[in-house]
Amino acid sequence: MELRARDLSHEPVIVQIEDLVVETAGKTRFPVLKGVSLNIRRGETVCLVGESGSGKSVTSLATMGLLPKDALVVRSGTIRLKGENLLALSPSAMKDRRARDLAMIFQEPMTALNPVMKVGAQITEVLDLHSRMGTAEKRARVIDIMEQVHLPDVQRIYDSYPHQLSGGQRQRIMIAMALILEPALLIADEPTTALDVTTQKQILSLIAELQEKHGTAVLFITHDMGVVAEIADRVCVMRHGEILESGPIREVLEQPKHVYTRALLGSVPSLVPREARDDASGASVIAARNLGKTYHTGSFLGKKSQVRASFGVNFDLSPGRTLGIVGESGSGKTTVARSIMRLIEPTEGQILLDGDDIAHLSPSAMKPKRKKLQVVFQDPFRSLNPRWTIARSMTEGPLNYGMSRADALAEAKRLLKIVSLPEDALGRYPHQFSGGQRQRIAIARAVMLKPDVLVADEAVSALDVSVQAQVLDLLAELQRQTGIAIIFITHDLRVAAQICDEVLVMKRGEVVEQGPASRVLHQPQHDYTRALIDAAPGRFWDFAAGKPLVA
Amino acid sequence: MTNIDRSAADKPLALRLLSMVSPAQTGLAPFIAAIMLLAVILLTIFSPQIATHDPLAMDPLMRLKPPSEAHLLGTDGYGRDLFSRMILGGRISLLIGICAAVVALGLGVLIGLVAGYFRLADAIIMRAMDALMAMPSILIAIGLVALNGPSIGSVIMAITIPEVPRVVRLVRSVVLTAREEPYVEAAMALGSSTPKILFQHLLPNTMAPMIVQGTYIIASAILTEALLSFLGAGISTEIPTWGNIMAEGRQYFRINPGIILWPGLLLTICVLSINLIGDAARDALDPRMKKRQA
Repeated sequence: MELRARDLSHEPVIVQIEDLVVETAGKTRFPVLKGVSLNIRRGETVCLVGESGSGKSVTSLATMGLLPKDALVVRSGTIRLKGENLLALSPSAMKDRRARDLAMIFQEPMTALNPVMKVGAQITEVLDLHSRMGTAEKRARVIDIMEQVHLPDVQRIYDSYPHQLSGGQRQRIMIAMALILEPALLIADEPTTALDVTTQKQILSLIAELQEKHGTAVLFITHDMGVVAEIADRVCVMRHGEILESGPIREVLEQPKHVYTRALLGSVPSLVPREARDDASGASVIAARNLGKTYHTGSFLGKKSQVRASFGVNFDLSPGRTLGIVGESGSGKTTVARSIMRLIEPTEGQILLDGDDIAHLSPSAMKPKRKKLQVVFQDPFRSLNPRWTIARSMTEGPLNYGMSRADALAEAKRLLKIVSLPEDALGRYPHQFSGGQRQRIAIARAVMLKPDVLVADEAVSALDVSVQAQVLDLLAELQRQTGIAIIFITHDLRVAAQICDEVLVMKRGEVVEQGPASRVLHQPQHDYTRALIDAAPGRFWDFAAGKPLVA
Repeated sequence: MTNIDRSAADKPLALRLLSMVSPAQTGLAPFIAAIMLLAVILLTIFSPQIATHDPLAMDPLMRLKPPSEAHLLGTDGYGRDLFSRMILGGRISLLIGICAAVVALGLGVLIGLVAGYFRLADAIIMRAMDALMAMPSILIAIGLVALNGPSIGSVIMAITIPEVPRVVRLVRSVVLTAREEPYVEAAMALGSSTPKILFQHLLPNTMAPMIVQGTYIIASAILTEALLSFLGAGISTEIPTWGNIMAEGRQYFRINPGIILWPGLLLTICVLSINLIGDAARDALDPRMKKRQA
């Protein structure tokens, strides 16, 4: 795999955006896009990269003519599609262009599909609205496009509902719907972000294949530098509504000109695992013995069935070390985390906390143990009670264990300083902070009780890459200072490679491979681990160094 | 865009509620409704001062008189002043409405929290609630009043009990979604006790829908009270309420229709205003509804 280096200068320009300025509607005009210019040629993929709030999605929505009317307004600039200014078109003419020449696919294919309509009918509907074909001809056309997106067993899927398909299959359906009218431009807004890496890889190569076949121009929006390295011909780096830098992929990755681009590339964690730290103490603070959880479903009189969400999990973790649990969605890694936290009761095995089995303790017997086990969740917008001040959230734990309010507040102040937040944060509410700040608050809250073990369940997955780097640094620093043991659940091999001493790879509830991170991620033994590493986007490129990775 | 939504939803409850009676925000209807309701409430609160006659004093010589200077709205079958009786009657009606709402919400929230949080309790409680909802509420009310005798307390109870299952269902559904939030799990991990999680983390989530539901319960309780009184199953006729004034006026409708029409008009204004305010509260507390109107 290599960076793309195709010469497309002879191809006609399909989309030309010039000096596009978008502001918020209403009295106080706040600029959202400050003069964005870019063009895309036939058959070319242009990647818009940037962190959240950079204006990537607004650019794509403006191009589609789908800006929310009462919130955002185009002030100046032009968007030309094959020479025609889209901004001057009437709403009905724009609707027609949207159908014929523009298509868009979104991040979450489940919400973009109608849940009560068969997918075949949904694709056919596009043809119903925008073409005049006979029923048989339409069906043939739909089947054809479904085959082109490599859906298996097309006849069956034609008559399936969206919930009967996997995430990857649903995204294929979305792509089929987008491409059936052979649009000139396809806008893909984070189309693979919600998918597992192995599925992501397939979808990316599918988009590339169809682009080759139909000569579609693609505007690909992503925050993931790895994905960019896989598919882009050219890259535009956005921040605060401006394009800071744009150019051919190789140029931007090898010699980034802008400071921000360099910082962005520098914070992409490397896939090369760091060396494991010495296991000095040897004694394990937490251990699992044959841990498993089976869910029994079925109603009182109905058919009973059981799902083994996880089984046969064994590990030993000593203070100051980090264990990574890696796997795709549905692999059971979160079930393991929740079992260890005793948010659910495991059905088999033991959890040894300082040698005591806590797997089946009652809530009251569990209470003194909870102090030693804390958790940080994925979504910082939901893990803090929105109605509580930061002070109240942070002191909740210590107050439960009998610390005085004054002491708890003093401790909260001290920890806020450690996580680099201002002291006055205590009186504020979660919505007044950014995602990264909230995640740091959540971490501070978790260490308020001075736990021995911290479970981080996808704790950096919802964060932008530069913020992600800060939070990972913070965790490492806390670990160095307090000797806390961390169980880090993640689907991101890059993150796992950077912070874990040991890694446990899970698939469908089962541990398939386990060992030091440097061995598992560097010389994987199991096929599945190998497939996961193979699928990691941009694995051939060292972003921080700006050169191909030599294995 | 999401940021805009979020900031609207994060505004303190009181602020969002205040915005609903500002005409600039929601149009004129809730504003007028609030004024009308306020007028009715003031009229009933100060009824002893405003009343032109003793509402209970009978005057056999003045039976069924049409409106005159002495009797603003005329008199009823016992020669009592209709206007004075009507504004005093509003007191009981409103009192019953508010009490029924408070009691129904209190009970409903408690039961709903338990049902939403504990899976085992849920199965039992919700079946009981289903059973209660399957019975016609007016029959339950009549039965309860017949059992306990016609006092204000028993009427309030009779009106409250059929309302409870509706509140329980609402609270339970809110709790079912809120308990899956990571901040609730984080609270468990921090060692918070179950009552603390129930009352400090989950209860506040139910406030907005409860305020809205409360206004509907007040309106429906006032109507039910009137209906019970009208059917003769309500509070004893010595204490005037809108319902029993109308019930008594039934037989004199041809002679003095005002006995039914005036309390009926006040009742209509009251219930309509409360419903309009309830609608406005629902819109003010749900940013999505507001967006739809814009």
